[in-house]
Amino acid sequence: MNIIKNRYLYFGISLLVIIPGMLALIFWKLPLGIDFTGGSLLEVKFESGTPPSVTDVTNLYTEFSTPTRDLSNPLVQPLGTDSISIRSKEMDDATKGLVVAALQERFGNGGAVIVMHFTQVSAAIGQEVAVRAAGAVGLAALFILLYITYAFRGVQHAFRYGTAAIIAMIHDILVTVGAEALLGHFLGWEADSLFLTALLTVIGFSVHDTIVVFDRIRENSNKYRRVDYETVVNHSIVQTLDRSINTQLTVMLTLLALALFGGTSIRHFVVILLIGIFSGTYSSIFNAPPILTVWENREWRTWFHRPERSGA
Amino acid sequence: MTRRPYLMLGLILLLTALAIWVDSSQRITITNPINSQTIVDRNVSTRLGLDLRGGLQTLLEADLPADASVTSDDLKVTRQILESRANALGVSEVIMQVAPPRRIVAEFPGISNPEEVVASLQQTGLLEFVDMGTSPVEAGTIIQTDYGQISTVPSNTSTPESTHSAVTPAEASPTPAASGTPEATATPAAETPIIYHTAMTGAALKTVTVVRDSTSGAYEISFVLKTDSAQLFSDYTGSHIDQYLAIVLDKKVISVPVIKNQISDGQGVIQGNFTSTSANALAIQLRYGSLPIPVKIVESRTVGPTLGEESIRRSEIAGVIGLTIVIVFMALYYRLPGVLADLALGVYALTSLMLFKLIPVVLTLPGIAGFILSIGMAVDANILIFERLKEELRAGHNLRQAIDLGWSRAWPSIRDANFSTLITCGILFWFGNAFGASMVKGFSLTLALGVIVSLFTAIIVTRTFLHVVLDNIKFAEHPRWFGIQENLR
Repeated sequence: MNIIKNRYLYFGISLLVIIPGMLALIFWKLPLGIDFTGGSLLEVKFESGTPPSVTDVTNLYTEFSTPTRDLSNPLVQPLGTDSISIRSKEMDDATKGLVVAALQERFGNGGAVIVMHFTQVSAAIGQEVAVRAAGAVGLAALFILLYITYAFRGVQHAFRYGTAAIIAMIHDILVTVGAEALLGHFLGWEADSLFLTALLTVIGFSVHDTIVVFDRIRENSNKYRRVDYETVVNHSIVQTLDRSINTQLTVMLTLLALALFGGTSIRHFVVILLIGIFSGTYSSIFNAPPILTVWENREWRTWFHRPERSGA
Repeated sequence: MTRRPYLMLGLILLLTALAIWVDSSQRITITNPINSQTIVDRNVSTRLGLDLRGGLQTLLEADLPADASVTSDDLKVTRQILESRANALGVSEVIMQVAPPRRIVAEFPGISNPEEVVASLQQTGLLEFVDMGTSPVEAGTIIQTDYGQISTVPSNTSTPESTHSAVTPAEASPTPAASGTPEATATPAAETPIIYHTAMTGAALKTVTVVRDSTSGAYEISFVLKTDSAQLFSDYTGSHIDQYLAIVLDKKVISVPVIKNQISDGQGVIQGNFTSTSANALAIQLRYGSLPIPVKIVESRTVGPTLGEESIRRSEIAGVIGLTIVIVFMALYYRLPGVLADLALGVYALTSLMLFKLIPVVLTLPGIAGFILSIGMAVDANILIFERLKEELRAGHNLRQAIDLGWSRAWPSIRDANFSTLITCGILFWFGNAFGASMVKGFSLTLALGVIVSLFTAIIVTRTFLHVVLDNIKFAEHPRWFGIQENLR
């Protein structure tokens, strides 16, 4: 099995996955949840089984608007057959109490109207969270780069390993964010603080997987000093392949169980984790080690004009 | 360590027994058998987060201009006052944490009236000594006073006469009354409500302590006034002997003591039918009557109890299914070592649960997800080692050598990989802490704990099990139990 030989094919596959996501990100933007934008989200269940229509709820919300509190144009979405979620501009708890009472009175139809959950975030704090979130991702990347450079200090070009791991990590971030943008557009999902948690976990796992492969390259390049670098890298990937697949399987299976049986409140979170962790394993095998080879051979010199002899 | 597998096994069994004991108890008590003193007495019930049991979480922020500095003492005092106030509402198990530099996270599990709680939190908390003349009202009555300027956060629900002025109670110096009688005592049936005169505010108090009367043993509250207030108070009490001086918090009468003597030294005692608890509660309110900083609610999350129950049920199912899949996979693929790893996984699950209960970690839905995910990582360490073990066996080492080599060679990658996960957990925890995002915090905490415990179980527990089993069964004859073809040995 020669993975290194086909490295540009695998880079191509990565691009094929990343580009649609990036296009979605550019044209449709990442739909941000109220955790980042501020606002209110109310989810209510109608025991009668007949929730009011979108127009009814919109009208009701508009009634509660005041000059200082614009509640018109809420985003109303049905959830299942008996629940709705209503997203609006910021609304305090007292107003929420009045809104729920009004929903009960007009659309209760003899059954109770139950507040499943209610969240209210001020716009200022939402912005702050968004800024800090970006900071958290950047900080995580920096610390991991430093750690890998430190952990591989005995190896030649330790910094390359760190950089390759970070490139693989950026790959996984792009795949995950792109997937969120696509899913957001088609399924109406919004990026909330749980999405951020998923993203940071993906980063952790991505580096986890990459380090396992790199560790083997570290070991093998000390053992087989006469063998050329490409062979050593490929051999290391093949040696760790069983482990990569098996670990991938167990994590995927647990996540799949969570996605199927874990309830709707974390399904979004788990699906993003699934996509990101799969991407993490892929990049640890098909991206990060090949990048080391590309770097070793300085292949970028031949990228823009035909090579005289194939490097592989 | 490898030389003494039985000692290790003993320790592991001990740990497991301890874990089972803690996991199955709600409260652990250890008493010294000799003098029957209690050594340990801890509540170890599982703490469920608001998303699992329902309730209200709010994030309060100092309602001051962005450039105004908030000292950490101010924030701590505010937290304390808010907490005692919430407890006074009868909300149990309130959790309040300071999130520096200017926020406080408040969690109210299982409440059904979030609107009321929120309204009461937003009151600034003004303590007044109110002149009641000779006709006191009962404790608990809501009264009106002439100390009208309450600075509160914008809220049109709590105090109708609230003016949005920024005057804090501390700015107004206590003004002793010239005439000590309420303005309208004679006409209780009058249309206009009685407006009592405020003699002094909580800002005048320097220290407050709970004492017991040496003869009767009754609880009393002794206080010392600030120097400038002491003189004013002396004049006031001198002219109002045998009259009532009500202690009022946010316009609600707490107690109505009688002025027995002129208080000239700036010290005094409040008597009443206090228990130890009520005296201390009042002392705290007197000590920290008003919030040192006004607060506003910047975030609030309410989760209904139905959703919580549903989530618990579903994550239990998901956890059991996920764990079962992993156990079956390990046993089928790695054979005997896989089964031993499954046992180690049991130790892992029990130990983690014990830690969750002891620390204690509040379990939220993402927290449980983090835990289930860490099971996957726990298995990963074993997979790394077993794959290595197989390689070493194929390379011609005997089983015992292969086990030791497998472990020592897999270690660097396990260490580096897990350390990078811990880095991410640390950053997530910091992020969650800064915003009172207990969901993010819970996830990072359970994942980090899971990673640490999994290192222990994968490196020590599984290995000890393998060594002990090897000692007792003739193993070299059964390479297939290790998933290895006979001819590859």
